[in-house]
Amino acid sequence: MARMTMIEAVRSAMDVSMGRDDHVVVFGEDVGYFGGVFRCTQGLQAKYGKTRCFDTPINESGILGTAIGMAAYGLKPCIEIQFADYMYPAYDQITQEAARIRYRSNGDFTCPIVVRMPTGGGIFGGQTHSQSPEALFTHVCGLKVIVPSNPYDAKGLLIAAIEDPDPVMFLEPKRLYNGPFDGHHEKPVTPWSKHDLGEVPDGHYTIPIGKAEVRRQGEAVTVVAYGTMVHVALAAAEETGIDAEVIDLRSLLPLDLDTIVQSVKKTGRCVVVHEATLTSGFGGEVVSLVQEHCFYNLEAPIVRVTGWDTPYPHAQEWDYFPGPARVGRALKEVMEG
Amino acid sequence: MTDVPHLSLHVPEPAVRPGGQPDFSNVKIAKAGSVPRPPVDVAPEEVRDLAYSIIRVLNREGEAVGPWAGLLSDEELLAGLRNMMKLRAFDARMLMAQRQGKTSFYMQHLGEEAVSCAFRKALNKGDMNFPTYRQAGLLIADDYPMVEMMNQIYSNEADPLRGRQLPIMYSSKEHGFFTISGNLATQYVQAVGWAMASAIRNDTKIAAAWIGDGSTAESDFHSALVFASTYKAPVILNIVNNQWAISTFQGIARGGSGTFAARGLGFGIPALRVDGNDYLAVYAVAKWAAERARRNLGPTLIEYVTYRVGAHSTSDDPSAYRPKTESEAWPLGDPVLRLKKHLIVRGVWSEERHAQAEAEILDEVILAQKQAESHGTLHAGGRPSVRDIFEGVYAEMPAHIRRQRQKAGY
Repeated sequence: MARMTMIEAVRSAMDVSMGRDDHVVVFGEDVGYFGGVFRCTQGLQAKYGKTRCFDTPINESGILGTAIGMAAYGLKPCIEIQFADYMYPAYDQITQEAARIRYRSNGDFTCPIVVRMPTGGGIFGGQTHSQSPEALFTHVCGLKVIVPSNPYDAKGLLIAAIEDPDPVMFLEPKRLYNGPFDGHHEKPVTPWSKHDLGEVPDGHYTIPIGKAEVRRQGEAVTVVAYGTMVHVALAAAEETGIDAEVIDLRSLLPLDLDTIVQSVKKTGRCVVVHEATLTSGFGGEVVSLVQEHCFYNLEAPIVRVTGWDTPYPHAQEWDYFPGPARVGRALKEVMEG
Repeated sequence: MTDVPHLSLHVPEPAVRPGGQPDFSNVKIAKAGSVPRPPVDVAPEEVRDLAYSIIRVLNREGEAVGPWAGLLSDEELLAGLRNMMKLRAFDARMLMAQRQGKTSFYMQHLGEEAVSCAFRKALNKGDMNFPTYRQAGLLIADDYPMVEMMNQIYSNEADPLRGRQLPIMYSSKEHGFFTISGNLATQYVQAVGWAMASAIRNDTKIAAAWIGDGSTAESDFHSALVFASTYKAPVILNIVNNQWAISTFQGIARGGSGTFAARGLGFGIPALRVDGNDYLAVYAVAKWAAERARRNLGPTLIEYVTYRVGAHSTSDDPSAYRPKTESEAWPLGDPVLRLKKHLIVRGVWSEERHAQAEAEILDEVILAQKQAESHGTLHAGGRPSVRDIFEGVYAEMPAHIRRQRQKAGY
């Protein structure tokens, strides 16, 4: 078994999929010859030819629109939006087209596409290279929304997404590309080569979409997180000494409600963490579901730890990012509540 | 201080408003037969003139003249006339059905029948259209059953789309008709993607994109032209210029450009303007573009110059924004009457046969309507199940939608 970064794992998923099924095509801005600004598609054009992996004009609506047409023809496009922040010109094509083609045509046409997009902050990207727009997708029926937290999951989930018969938004936390960043920006990040979840099989495997994973067993409080925040939550648990159970959602839509409910019924307390802004964020959905299903088990009000309701700032990045200190304070708060 | 003039904003206005005399003197009409027919592999820069002229075949005497004439047999033309008459009769019955409350909404083709009916003939089985809401002639001319269209319009128990879509938003993969969205221009760039896929797979099929004059202002129109130009996609980019975008005259979308066809020139895409009310001219130009696409020569842009005689939809009243008699002043005439005249001049048709055909077609449409209504209409009789709300959002129903379906009692 090989050791891979998340970039290599994502690339390996596309490589394996392209090798198994010649209907899989990969394209986007800088994706072809150069291999993508994060190098996720490096070598794919050389290996599979430029009609299966190619550069596009800088036009996200066009990238989505052509992918939808290709899917209607019978191809399986796996496309890259260079930063999640750039997806807005394509939002009409995603929400009113990709998400609804199966429904509105009663299955006469379908839209098996995957839209990959680097997401989240922590790289001094400012307000146009740091956003986490997952809630703008989870609010849209017909889409599936995935946020992996490590190389092993990223590969298995991306292959599953490419093989899925419906459109999948695949948000890659870019701060995790090279290692399990836990929010301690002052320290060098441990590389994935020194982490168990950096062990990635070379060949084909899938991880089912819609299944969460418990990353840390605990009895005191349930922390619901995804993407980068999984590692932040794990650090907060260690640093506070609070016996938290950390759930990595992996898939936000569909959501593994059973795993959340089972854990909160055991712990009686819940903290929901994400990097995206608070108001109408995905955390609100999780909180609502927990109170619907676990109200009589709760010992304290549920707490959310998120990015502030402001644009993502540049210089003050680490005051914005919900790091382990803030998550730790929330853990203490629910334990005292 | 220098004397700098104050700026003022230019807001275009149509030549005439309600109460005025209709005036189309600004529409320059080329003489039938006068526009040359270049070879399909012509360099785009050599045919820039075609974006500013109007290709026409039928002259005022009803004769087919010039280099774009002579492509269709008597039988094919008679079938074409029948398709246009059928579409017109279908529209009339469905408009009436909407007025009777049997459905919520309808959109007719009056005056534009030649565009979609003649175009369909230039495509092969397996090619794919990405239509707007005013190309039902693509289905009629491909013998899609009228009763299926009506079932969809009525959202009844036999509706192939299970009551999920607005009336006339048909879908038929088998008949090369992509599911109509209902929002604007998104399909234009999807058609380019479909065509790119056909080229990626080294297939022989081509795609056709459809848009109206008003929606060419949308970003997706320009996205489509960029992608079609870059990858030389085997796609026909159709613009139906029927002069009106609901209440907005075409000058608002066209801006300072001479014609809509001219939009293609900056992308290096050959662009042709054609008399959209001339069945023979529409077919000839579509065939030319289809041959270019099929020979891997890339996209072609076609502007069909026509006139929307009816209202935009059943929710619209054109007398509020244009002279009531404007359609009578439209210089390119009526597509059905023009083809009828041509067939009479050819000696294969007559007033009597036309009247007889009209009666036969009406019977056929009424029969289909009775059949459809036996499955229900929007507010009466059989209807799709409430279960159909929840089915088909995904290939497999996720748990949260199943819980909601159960909550709804199904």
